[in-house]
Amino acid sequence: MKLKLVTLVLGAVMAGAPAMAELVFPSLSYRTGPFAAGGTPFADGYADYFTLLNERDGGIGGEMTRVPECETAYNTEKGVECYEATKGDGALIYQPLSTGITYQLIPKVTADGIPMHTMGYGRTSAANGKIFEWVFNYPGNYWDSASIMVKHALDMEGGDLSGKNIVLLYHNSAYGKEPIRTLEELSKKHGYGLTLIPVDSPGQEQKSQWLQIRREKPDYVFFWGWGVMNQVAIQEAGNIRFPMDHFIGVWWSGSEPDVLPAGDAADGYKSTNFTGTGTDYPIFDDIQKYVVDAGKAAGDGSSLGQVQYNRGMYAAMLAAEAALKAQEMYGVTEINAAQMRDGMEALDVTAARMAELGMPGFGPEVHVSCENHGGPGQGLIQQWNATDKKWVAITDYIESDRDVIDALIVEDSAAYAKENNIEERCK
Amino acid sequence: MPEQLVYAMEVFLNGLMAGVLYALVALGFVLIYKASGIFNYAQGVMALFAALTLVGIMEGQVPFAHLINAAFGTDIHHFGWHVPALLAILLTMVVMIGLAWLVNYFVFRHLVSQEPIILFMATIGLAYFLEGVGDIMWGADIKKLDVGLPQGINEAIDEFTFGVFDYGFFIDNLDIVATVIAALLVASLIIFAQYTKQGRAMRAVADDHQAALSVGISLNYIWVMVWSLAGFVALVAGIVWGTKSGVQFSLSLIALKALPVLMLGGFTSIPGAIVGGLIIGVGEKLFEFSIGPLIGGATENWFAYVLALLFLVFRPQGLFGEKIIERV
Repeated sequence: MKLKLVTLVLGAVMAGAPAMAELVFPSLSYRTGPFAAGGTPFADGYADYFTLLNERDGGIGGEMTRVPECETAYNTEKGVECYEATKGDGALIYQPLSTGITYQLIPKVTADGIPMHTMGYGRTSAANGKIFEWVFNYPGNYWDSASIMVKHALDMEGGDLSGKNIVLLYHNSAYGKEPIRTLEELSKKHGYGLTLIPVDSPGQEQKSQWLQIRREKPDYVFFWGWGVMNQVAIQEAGNIRFPMDHFIGVWWSGSEPDVLPAGDAADGYKSTNFTGTGTDYPIFDDIQKYVVDAGKAAGDGSSLGQVQYNRGMYAAMLAAEAALKAQEMYGVTEINAAQMRDGMEALDVTAARMAELGMPGFGPEVHVSCENHGGPGQGLIQQWNATDKKWVAITDYIESDRDVIDALIVEDSAAYAKENNIEERCK
Repeated sequence: MPEQLVYAMEVFLNGLMAGVLYALVALGFVLIYKASGIFNYAQGVMALFAALTLVGIMEGQVPFAHLINAAFGTDIHHFGWHVPALLAILLTMVVMIGLAWLVNYFVFRHLVSQEPIILFMATIGLAYFLEGVGDIMWGADIKKLDVGLPQGINEAIDEFTFGVFDYGFFIDNLDIVATVIAALLVASLIIFAQYTKQGRAMRAVADDHQAALSVGISLNYIWVMVWSLAGFVALVAGIVWGTKSGVQFSLSLIALKALPVLMLGGFTSIPGAIVGGLIIGVGEKLFEFSIGPLIGGATENWFAYVLALLFLVFRPQGLFGEKIIERV
């Protein structure tokens, strides 16, 4: 009886006590549905990095982290529901992992005062911090990727693309149409011809498009696909014997699940990326020891080193570094979303810092400011080796054509500011 | 011969091949609708489930491994063996027959004589249930499917057409194989329906449930048989489409490609599914080739439905569907 009484009293005391402070990083993941093959390793990498910080370092600045997951199935409505369901839980940052969800959340996070990070996707002109106070898209955006692809083609052609023909094979959606304006501007500058070939979602049948490519024999095919469209396009390119080293995808069309189904036919295919691949970084020793071997991994540990896993890990690292920066700026360990935003805006991830984190050269250096929420706009080119079943980085980080991209960002963000009566900040 | 005409011929041939692939999916719908009046929304998911099961068996994957490991703290994923493609196909067929029995026992047995909309809603539920079970059973990663079907350009056709037109046609070996498979499948289904006892019983049930019951035909048996046949067709479609794109959850969306074929060919005709597929395949490919570039491309998805609607206006029951006669 006594024991029961003590238990009851203890329970009542604990229920009345304030919850232990935690830094909350919600993960709007998609582990189900047609895009799960990419969403699962990303979510695993994101979760595992925070688990590592908790297990090895006791969290960030002494505060434990928590990553509540909400399944969006890559569906915009569900993504918004997830945001609404988790924002009251002390959320410090959102990474919605979908351009559609991003567009819906921009006004919401702005009103709620919670920062959003859309790494390599979302609204490109959010790179302009003068207009988009609460949205960040470092280290690169869609237009950066398009420019990096052109720069790589320039390298392959000895610096001259005049008279060359480039096909853009794209997902017929807002996402797929993102690079068109950039490629058109760059075609004026470099003198290449541009042919646009859309593929309707989901993209399981692309025979017409690839027959057209076979007839027109372009010098390069730039590829903006997603989901099943990626696997089918890479297989069809192999079928028509298109030279795979002239077939270059955006970073969302360049992960292991995109190339593996095509087998040897995918050998030599290229894509942009903004992180390294593989497990040849010291941090993976710690992830293995503190997370996987300890039975605390989000997945079964088999996706470590894959493109999307590493991308999720990199996203988590950037979020953790911003939280650390915010703690330093405000001299507190328990930060709120507004302080997190300030930390993101003052983020300065140098090569030395990445080496210190056990991730030397894992991603480009990231310096964010009030004006620049887009970071360096850098990415590398990776190439698929079908024999070893590995992506191999074949370039260093390439900076996009800032003259062209910055002008486009200013133009697009100014239009958004006008529509929404937003005054420029950072004056 | 003008260059554009030669290209159009290549597009026409590829349209025929694409049509066969659409027809493969449509056949499963036709079989179930013909025998039970159910529009099976789950047919696309059945193709996915069959292909997932086939790859899982071939690769020696432990079904429900994630669940088992979470429940018992184990770390098992594979049995450590690889099953030859033919044996794996047979084992998958056994699974599909088991699924047909379960579907009938737990769902449709209880819905006999219900309104068609109720039966349709039940198949929607079944589709989502199967998608979830497939995910838990085999995982959501994209799987390579290789049962030995050839892929890539057919050299003989390329060389022959190059000799004739000075331009080599691209025809995918996989499409040629799919055409042969579809032809064999249709011939087998027609022979089965016309000349076997079970086939005649199936047709009797299709004509009139009550009358078939009154002469001693078991409705449950026929429905299990029909769902098994639809499972077999789903397996064939899953193999062909899965070889093209890898086995992944988008495979269930191939059902969308079958809908205009069904509208055009009729829901109750096996030859209708084939002819409808060919018309849709050729129509959408030629439209994309000739008009697509003028209006920004990506016309195939919607044009297939426009074509089907046009046919519907003149023949509501589809090209080969049974004529709708309502006596007052």
